[in-house]
Amino acid sequence: MAEGANDKDYATGENERGYWRANIRLLVTLMSIWFLVSFGAGILFRDFLDQWSLGGYPLGFWFAQQGSIYVFIALIVIYVRQMRKIEKRFGLDGE
Amino acid sequence: MTTQTLIYLFVGASFALYIGIAIWSRAASTSEFYVADGHVNPIVNGMATAADWMSAASFISMAGLIAFLGYDGSVYLMGWTGGYVMLALLLAPYLRQFGQYTVPDFIGARYYSKAARVVAVICLIFISFTYIAGQMRGVGIVFSRFLEVPVDLGVIIGMGIVFVYAVLGGMKGITYTQVAQYCVLIFAYMVPAFFISFLVTGNPMPQVGLGSQVADGSGMYVLQKLDSTLTDLGFTAYTDGSKSMIDIFCITAALMIGTAGLPHVIVRFFTVPSARDARKSAGWALVFIALLYTTAPAVGAFARINFIDTVNETPYAEAPEWLTNWESNDLIAFNDRNGDGVMQYRAGDAFAGAPAFTEERGASGERLVSNDPAQGENEVYVDRDIMVLANPEIANLPGWVIALVAAGGLAAALSTAAGLLLVISSSISHDLLKQTFRPQITEKGELMAARIAATAAILVAGYLGIYPPGFVAQVVAFAFGLAAASLFPAIFMGIFSKRMNKHGAIAGMLSGLAFTFLYIAYFKLWNPDANVAANWWFGISPEGIGVIGMLLNFAVAIGVASFTKSPPLEIRRLVDSIRVPRGARDTQI
Repeated sequence: MAEGANDKDYATGENERGYWRANIRLLVTLMSIWFLVSFGAGILFRDFLDQWSLGGYPLGFWFAQQGSIYVFIALIVIYVRQMRKIEKRFGLDGE
Repeated sequence: MTTQTLIYLFVGASFALYIGIAIWSRAASTSEFYVADGHVNPIVNGMATAADWMSAASFISMAGLIAFLGYDGSVYLMGWTGGYVMLALLLAPYLRQFGQYTVPDFIGARYYSKAARVVAVICLIFISFTYIAGQMRGVGIVFSRFLEVPVDLGVIIGMGIVFVYAVLGGMKGITYTQVAQYCVLIFAYMVPAFFISFLVTGNPMPQVGLGSQVADGSGMYVLQKLDSTLTDLGFTAYTDGSKSMIDIFCITAALMIGTAGLPHVIVRFFTVPSARDARKSAGWALVFIALLYTTAPAVGAFARINFIDTVNETPYAEAPEWLTNWESNDLIAFNDRNGDGVMQYRAGDAFAGAPAFTEERGASGERLVSNDPAQGENEVYVDRDIMVLANPEIANLPGWVIALVAAGGLAAALSTAAGLLLVISSSISHDLLKQTFRPQITEKGELMAARIAATAAILVAGYLGIYPPGFVAQVVAFAFGLAAASLFPAIFMGIFSKRMNKHGAIAGMLSGLAFTFLYIAYFKLWNPDANVAANWWFGISPEGIGVIGMLLNFAVAIGVASFTKSPPLEIRRLVDSIRVPRGARDTQI
C-alpha cells in the first residue's frame, strides 16, 4: 500500500509532541463549552434557565433553538485562530 | 404573469444555470472527479458543504416538524449544527492532512486492512442510499405540487438533471453547482421568512421576531401567544416538549455525532488545499447553515400561528385556495365529524392513520376518507411537510415568492442527492475496484467506472423515489444512527489513539452497526406496534439509539484492542503524520 509508507519519522520530535499537547488542551476546553451550551443549557438545565427570559424567549428555550448555534460558530472561529497561533509557536506554520 | 408561469420560469432558469456550470467544470481526471483536485477555496467549499448538507428534509420538512413539535424540535436544530463543531475540531483537519479520496480510504489505510475498508464501504452505501431515497421523493413532491406533473415524471426529470452534472462533472461539477444551489435555496428560504416575520411581529428579522411581541396589539410575545392558543386547543404548550429529557439528550447526540460521521459531508473537506483550510471551511459551512437553521424555528412558529388563525373555526366552503390545493395532493384532509361544515382544529388525530381518500365528496365539498375513526374532536389532518411550501400561500405572499420557494426546494434536494451519488460512486470505483478487487485498473478505466457507478446509483435512487418502499420515511433515523455507531468511532480513534488496531476497529464497527440496526429495525419495521416509550431501553427511542451504539462500538473496540497486537510501527508514524501539519501532505495528491 502506497499510503502511509512514509519513511520520515514524525513520531518522536519533542516539538511535535508539544504541539499535539497544546492542540488537545484547546480541544478539551472548546468541546466542554460545546457540551455546556447545547446539552447543558439547552437540555439538562433548561427548566432552571427558563425562569429568565431574553425578550420573548425563555432563556433555556433560546439556548436550545438559537443560542447554542451562535456559540457553535464562535467555537470554530476561536479554534481556527488559536490553532494558527499554536502552529506559529511550534514553528509548524511554514508551507 | 400568473404564479404558474413564474414557477416554470424560476425553476427552468435555475436548472439551466446548474447545467451550464456542469458543462463549464467537467472533470478530466480521477482526482478532479473525486475531490475537485483538492484546490477548492475554503469559503467556496463552505458554501458547497452547506448546500450538500441542507437537504429536502432541512428545507421542506424541518420548520414544519418544529412547528408541530415545539421545544422537542430543538433536537434537529442543535443536532444538525453541533456536528460541525465535532467535524471542525475532531475530524476534518486530520482527514484532510491524511490526503486521500474517500472515507473508506482512511479506514482502510489506518487499520491496514482491506476488510476494514470493505466494512466501511458497506456502512457508507447503506447510509447514503437511505438518505438519497428521501431526496428523490422530495424532488417528486415539489414537482407534483408546483409544476403540476405526476410525481414519477418529477423524479425522472430530477434524475436527468443530477445525471448531467454529477456524471460529467464529478466533485468539481458538483462543488460549483452546489454553490449556485446554496444561493438559490437560502434566498428562497429567507425571503418568505422576512415577509412573514414582518407580518406577524413587525420585525423582519425572523431570529429577533420569534422573541418579539405579536403585532396584533395584544402585547403578547409570539411564544406566549402560541403557548396559550395551543393549550386552549388541547395541545401541549409550544415551549414545553412531550419527549423525556433522556430521549431529547440521546437524539440530539445521535444527530450531532451522525452528522460528523456522514461520508458525503466528510468528503467535502478533502477538496480544500490543506488541513488549516479544512478547519476554516467547516467554520464557513456552519455560518452558511446557521443562517437557515436559526431562521427555521421562527418560520415554524409563525406557520403554526398562521395555520391556526386561518383554518380553525373556518367553514370549509370558505377555505383558502391553498388548503384545497394541498387537499387534492392528499396532504390535508377535513373529516367533518360533527357535520357543521366548520373546520375544528384540535389536539389528537382526525382519524386513524394517513388519509385513505375515496372518490366521494362530503356535504361541504370536502374529499371523504375511509379511515377508521379516532378519539377526540380534531377534524383536520395536516401533513407536517407542507408547512414551508405552503407558508407563502398561507401568508398571502406574491406569486414570485411562491415560485422562488419551489426553485429553492428543488435546489436543496438536488444538491444533496448529487453529493450522495458522488460518495456512492467513488466508494465503488475507488474503494472496491481500484483499492480492493482490481488494483491493475488504469486511471482512465477508474474514471469510467466512477461514471458508470454514478449512473447506476442514480437509477437505483430514482427507482426508490418512484416506488418508495413503505418504510423510507421511517428509516431516516437509520442514516444518522448508523453513521454515529459505525464510522464516527472508527475515524475518531484512528486519529486520537495510536493503540487502536484493526481487530478492535473492525469488531467495534460491526457491533455498533449490528446493535443499532437491530434496535431500529425491531421498532420501525418488525414490530412497529411496540414502538412506545415503555418498551424502549432506558426510554431511548430508535432515533436516539445511535449514541448507545456508538458507546458499544468504543467499548468493544477498546476491549478487543487491549488483548490483540499493537498496530505496526508505520501505522503509528502515519498517525503522527496526520496529527501534525506537514507530514502526509507530500505522500499523495
